[in-house]
Amino acid sequence: MIQFEKVSRSFTVGDQQVAALRGIDLSIAAGDYVSIMGPSGSGKSTLLNLIGLLDRPSSGTYRLDGGDVTSLNDEQQARVRSEKIGFVFQSFHLVPRLTAAMNIELPLMLAGIPVDERRERVAQLLENYGLKDRADHRPDQLSGGQRQRVAIARATSMHPGVLLADEPTGNLDQSTGREVINLLEQLTEQNVTLILVTHDPALGSRARRQLHMVDGQIVSHTGQST
Amino acid sequence: MKFIDVVQFASGSLRGSRTRSLLMILAMSIGVAAVVVLTALGEGARRYVINQFSSLGTNLVLVFPGRTETAGIGPGMLLGQIPRELSLDDAQALLRSRAVGKIAPLTIGSSQISKDAKNREVIVLGSTSSLLEVRHMSLGKGQFLPAGDVHSSESVCVLGAKINRELFGKESGVGAWVRLGDRRFRVIGIMTSQGESMGFNTDEIVIVPVASAHMLFNTSGLFRILVEAKSRDSVIQAKTDAETILFTRHNGEKDVTVVTQDAVLATFDRILRALTLAVGGIAAISLAVAGILIMNVMLIAVSQRVQEIGLLKALGAPAAQIRSLFFAEAVLLSGVGSVVGLILGEAGVLVIAKLYPSLPVAAPWWAVLAAIGTSLGTGILFSVWPARRAARLDPVTALAGR
Repeated sequence: MIQFEKVSRSFTVGDQQVAALRGIDLSIAAGDYVSIMGPSGSGKSTLLNLIGLLDRPSSGTYRLDGGDVTSLNDEQQARVRSEKIGFVFQSFHLVPRLTAAMNIELPLMLAGIPVDERRERVAQLLENYGLKDRADHRPDQLSGGQRQRVAIARATSMHPGVLLADEPTGNLDQSTGREVINLLEQLTEQNVTLILVTHDPALGSRARRQLHMVDGQIVSHTGQST
Repeated sequence: MKFIDVVQFASGSLRGSRTRSLLMILAMSIGVAAVVVLTALGEGARRYVINQFSSLGTNLVLVFPGRTETAGIGPGMLLGQIPRELSLDDAQALLRSRAVGKIAPLTIGSSQISKDAKNREVIVLGSTSSLLEVRHMSLGKGQFLPAGDVHSSESVCVLGAKINRELFGKESGVGAWVRLGDRRFRVIGIMTSQGESMGFNTDEIVIVPVASAHMLFNTSGLFRILVEAKSRDSVIQAKTDAETILFTRHNGEKDVTVVTQDAVLATFDRILRALTLAVGGIAAISLAVAGILIMNVMLIAVSQRVQEIGLLKALGAPAAQIRSLFFAEAVLLSGVGSVVGLILGEAGVLVIAKLYPSLPVAAPWWAVLAAIGTSLGTGILFSVWPARRAARLDPVTALAGR
């Protein structure tokens, strides 16, 4: 459950204050599938970063699963990220020197999960995402689609409630892009909240809820909150 | 995050930038090797000097005329008194102490020695028959100074090996007559070649009875008295005895200096240890330089791996964890560097030992510990800043690679 109340975020560029988000009110229920669309500079990535606790709002409150997370310190926020939020990036962000399996294992390792359990979970994820024979390959030995599948496996390895995807198909061709979207959509059936940032209207329209942003504000809101 | 995972992750990222890591390890190991080799040399010099000293004799107490005042100016200095000289009777009197085993009075001077048309300048040592044992000298041919009355000025002499070679060539000069100054002496023995010891070449001296030396140089005083205590435990007793005996003989005036060989040794020991420390310290500077190199490399690593750091943050790694990851890298670098450096250093010491077998080189254990400590210390110290810098990165800008 994500709740934004009058959330604003402004940046200082030179000696000017530039507002990236202006008083956003938003509520996303668990298991929802939301797409955020809009031209570049409209604030959609900033909104995603705020949801993912990578950034702090200049004003307003953000509640995640009922608790106010804006007042948490960095370390507490890091724990929330580790336990509740998964990220999928446009440029995959895999660690180049690590194998596919080790990349998937990374969040588990950072969270200090015992080796046996880690191995089990990674094996399961490799199986689920059809990467079993790619486990020991490094990212540069994988295709784009495979890389993004590794990234999704990594994002879901800690069983987060919220999955944030920033242009997940931006670096992929159409057919692999569709494949990746299917994987992400399957996750929503397991009560994972999926929030997708895209500028592709075709992709965005697949979501149950669609937000259109212009100039730091949500200008249209279609679809029903489930 | 588990400790083993931190180590594995850190070593993985070090392997990722192989050339850089190897160069760092090289820099660190050169520093450590320099400390090991240089302190080993210093320590070798110290041991060399101590060995040389021990070869002079054991359980020795040295008596000098005059008093070395270390606490201000003595009354003799103000009154312009010349210290009373040490006489042969003073030396003989020392034998009254039960702690004293043997004594050897010493008079020293230089004179012209000549045989037929050959002549040269030599150092003449006046002593008694006990000198041979007290100073651990060894006789090559013939016999040493005759025992008996120390006051008898027999015209006999013992030649150093080199003097004999210069005057008589390959033949032995035993039985021949040589001229020392204005007197004629019969050669009764030749020393074996012992080489230089404490800057005093025993191969180039002539030894005569102490009374003969007094006549030759027209003196009656002694340069010093070598006193050999009966055992190691009686050295201190011999020293105090010598002081009391000479105190009473000199009408209650403390005008001699009595030192034990151990005290002299200890002084040399201190000086050379200080030298070793200084040299080791200079070498440790190279370790500090290596530490700064580590810092530089870690800073580069942080800026090159900005995206990775951003990712780790996004995956839920708190700042402390990121700090410890970079910390672990620096510790691994300096740790491996120390080990390689130790191996290099010990190999260097072995090579030096092979090249100069007379020098007992070996790195002291404290230097080895100090080298490892310094390298780990600098590695850790200089990784604090890069690690903090990595931990402070803003995840959004880091992920964007900015």
